[in-house]
This record gives sequence, structure tokens and C-alpha cells, in this order.
Amino acid sequence: MDPSVIIVQLFNAMSVSSILLLIALGLALSFGLMGVINMAHGEFIMIGAYTAYTLQNLLTSALGDKTPDVSFALAIPAAFLVAGFAGFLLERLLIHRLYGRPLDTLLATWGVGMVLQQSARSIFGAPNVQVVAPSWLLGGITLAPGLVLPGKRIFMVLLAGLCLSGVYFFIYRTSSGRRLRAVMQNRDMAAALGVATRRVDSITFSVGAGLAGIAGCALTLIGPIGPTLGTNYIVDSFMVVIFGGVGQLTGTLLAALGIGFFNVMFEFWSTAVVGKVMVFTMVIIFLQWKPAGLLALRTR
Amino acid sequence: MLVVQDLSASYGESQILFDISLRVPEGQVVSLMGRNGVGKTTLLKSIMGLMRPKSGQVHLKGVNVTARPAYERARAGIGYVPQGRGIFPYLTVEENLLLGLEALPTNKRGLESIEEICDQFPSLRTYKRKVAGTLSGGQQQQLAFARALVRKPTLLLLDEPTEGIQPSIVDEIEQLILGLREQRSMSILLVEQFLDFAMSVSDYCYVMEKGNIVAEGAAGELQQDAIREYLAV
Repeated sequence: MDPSVIIVQLFNAMSVSSILLLIALGLALSFGLMGVINMAHGEFIMIGAYTAYTLQNLLTSALGDKTPDVSFALAIPAAFLVAGFAGFLLERLLIHRLYGRPLDTLLATWGVGMVLQQSARSIFGAPNVQVVAPSWLLGGITLAPGLVLPGKRIFMVLLAGLCLSGVYFFIYRTSSGRRLRAVMQNRDMAAALGVATRRVDSITFSVGAGLAGIAGCALTLIGPIGPTLGTNYIVDSFMVVIFGGVGQLTGTLLAALGIGFFNVMFEFWSTAVVGKVMVFTMVIIFLQWKPAGLLALRTR
Repeated sequence: MLVVQDLSASYGESQILFDISLRVPEGQVVSLMGRNGVGKTTLLKSIMGLMRPKSGQVHLKGVNVTARPAYERARAGIGYVPQGRGIFPYLTVEENLLLGLEALPTNKRGLESIEEICDQFPSLRTYKRKVAGTLSGGQQQQLAFARALVRKPTLLLLDEPTEGIQPSIVDEIEQLILGLREQRSMSILLVEQFLDFAMSVSDYCYVMEKGNIVAEGAAGELQQDAIREYLAV
């Protein structure tokens, strides 16, 4: 096989992994650490994507042709904030009443997801819309004649890496992260030491939602966006979190890389649908063998 | 310091505590004895705010805290060493201690207090960077004490601190409690099954049976034979 094909496929795998990782990072916080099955996570992705779209429309009158260059840069932090705020509201109004009842969170957030999708349809219309990619991401790095790594995909890999480092820093190096880990390991004891557990829940969930928003922003680079944008990714990202081992950041990273890699590889050899089926089968077999996932917390 | 009034609590349908009343005066060590399953831990949890009582009240320094969540009670000055120690197994010893400072206002969470508490428990300084779950039972118990004491609580709740601990550490814990009692700056409510241990460290004792207080008195005056009756298995 032509080596340049292999390199392109590997690079594609990495960018698919990056998207999965971006989405799964948020889920790892809400599902992995808090035990909430948030089916509306996909809608936070959608909110992030529409934030980028709205920002682009708002700035067009002022900036004209230069709009995409500026608006996309602004869209990433904006998507984090808007989706994060949506997450904050959802946690406050609904989810904090449902802690310890994972199945109820599943049903309730599924409902919320449908409401959000329909709202998007009412506001932005049912057809997909396009966010114009900034000029600084067009083109790419040419490794050899006929072997180009697209700038957009490189950017997604970098963005995912940056978010992963950010989440790692947040969880393991800040006092908020310390409180978060304490609550996750022993909620009652954390409360008895003076940790305001409700606030920790609220912050954690909001950050998770915000990360989904960033993922949504990144998704605008690879195609048009619509109200059901998030639905396509939600199952894959739950799979990443569970495959990686619940509550394990390193596991989430490895799982995203693994699933992204096999997805692209199987797709290359067969079709998209067959590829997905094969990946699912693989994960199911693996979980039969190791139910706790790739990296399980060792208990004493 | 602490006044519990007619407290009743239940897990679902089964009632655990029946109109319990007790008081822990300022600077005193009060012990609460009774067999397994009579409701001692449930009572401590209700005082800490980890369980919602069905009826009755908990007053701390004259303030009714019955409706307050656990973290607010911790901030009001309660320190808690639970049964089974309740350390955070995947955090380091230092991180566990830092969480002990959470009850203080942000500007008072100084690292000096961590150093101070490590002077009191020198072995913890050696293990500072170790993951707490890898410590032995005795070391974990010391960590649980240090974590509760680091922010200098005004009321300390101890739930069977000697349970499953090697004898040498039990002696250490006894000395520690006696030392705290000497200073008279902290009130202590101790749940204990060992009569001798409880008698040697406390000023006043309550004995529980099936969710009721069945005997109480100053540590020196209680009829030990009668209490042994309640503690015998």
C-alpha cells in the first residue's frame, strides 16, 4: 500500500479521535465523575455549534468579508460559556434533584434534549446551516506531493490536546479539582469537612457542558450543522467513556484514540456502517472481558 | 456547646432513633456507648447533618442547626472522624489534609496549619505525597484525626476510633483524646464500644439501647456492672 495513504488515514483517525475526545471529556465529568447519564450532552454540542453560527451572523454587518477569521476565534470561548451556562441551568433546575438515580437522569435529559432540538428548529430553522471556516485554517501542511494534512484537522487535534490539558489541570492541580475528586470518592465525608457539594456538582456539570460547546464549535469546521448535530455523536462518546473506564481521564484519552483509530481503519476496509458495527462489536466483547473498562480504579 | 433535643430518625420505614436527647457541655468529653446497631452512628450522622431527622432539634452553640446541610455545620465548627475513617483513598495524604481546611474561610486556609498538624502526627509528614489508600489502618486513622483537627473544630465527633486498630495506636489515640481534654478548648462526643477506653477518657457517659438512651451519668459515678449488661453481646 502507498505509504502516503497510510499517513493520511492515520491522521484522519487522529482527528476523529480528537472530536470524540472533546465530546467525551465533558461526558467523563458528568457521567464518569458524577454518575449522571446526560442524554442532552449532544444538545450542548449543538448549542456550541449554533453559538459559532450566531456570532458569525452578528459580526457580518460590522466586519464584512473578514468575519469568519475573527468570529471563529471568538466562537470557541463563547461556545464554552453559552453551553456551560445551559449546563448550569440544567443542573440547577433538574439534575440536582435526580442524583443517585441514573436511569431517571437518562429519561429526563433525553426529554430536555428533544426540547432543545425543537427550540433550535424554531429559532434557526430545520435545514442545516453553514459556518464559514476562517481563512487561517484553509490549506494545510504539504508533506509530499499529493500528501496534505488539512489545517482544519490539525487545528482540531491541537484543540482537543489543549482541552485535555486544561481538564487535567483543573482536576488534578486546582483546589476546585481537589474538591471534585473528594466529592466523587466520598460525598458525605466531603460535606462533613465543609465542602459545598452542591456547588461542586454545579461547577463540574457546567464545565462538562462547556467542553461539549467547544466540541460543537470544532464540528462546524467539518460540515454544516443542524438541530440534530449532537445526536450523531452521543452514543460514540458514551462508548468512549465506558470503554476507557468510568472516572478515568487517561482511560478516556486512550479509548478515544483507540476507537477513532479502529473506526477509520474498519471504514477504510469496508463501509462506514460496517465499520461502526465492527467497532461496537469489539467494544462489547472487550467489556464482557473487562467490565470496568480499559483502566479501572483499583480498590483496596 | 451541643444540645440534641428529642431527635428521631429512620431509614425508610424502620425507625432507628426514638426521641434522643443529650448534651455535650463546652470543653468536655462525652461518650456514647452501646452495642452494634443501636443507632450510635445514626445519631452522629444526624448531628453532623448527613441524615435528615424525622423530628427533634440539634443546637450548636445555642443556634438551631437542624435544617442546615452538613457543610454548613462543618463550617460552624464541627469536626468528624467517621467509622471506617472516611479518608479519600485516591488522594494523597497532603490533599486529604488540605480538604480538612475546607471548613475555614478561604483566606484562613494557610499551609502553616498543615505543618502544625504534621508536627503533632510526624509520620504523616513522611507520607505526605503517598496516596492515602495505600496507608495501613492505623496510619489512616491518624490521617482521619489530623484531617478533622487541622482546622481546630470546637466540637469533635468521633465514631469508634479504636475499631479495628492495633493496640499501640489505640494507646496513641487515648493519649491524644486525653491531651485534647486537658486543653478544654474542644468538646468531644465519642462513640465507643470499649467501656474501659470510654471511661478513661470521658467526663460523662450515655448508654444507648435500641434507639433510646437507657443510662447516663458522670464517668466516675456510673455503675459499670449495669453498663456492661447493655454492652454484652
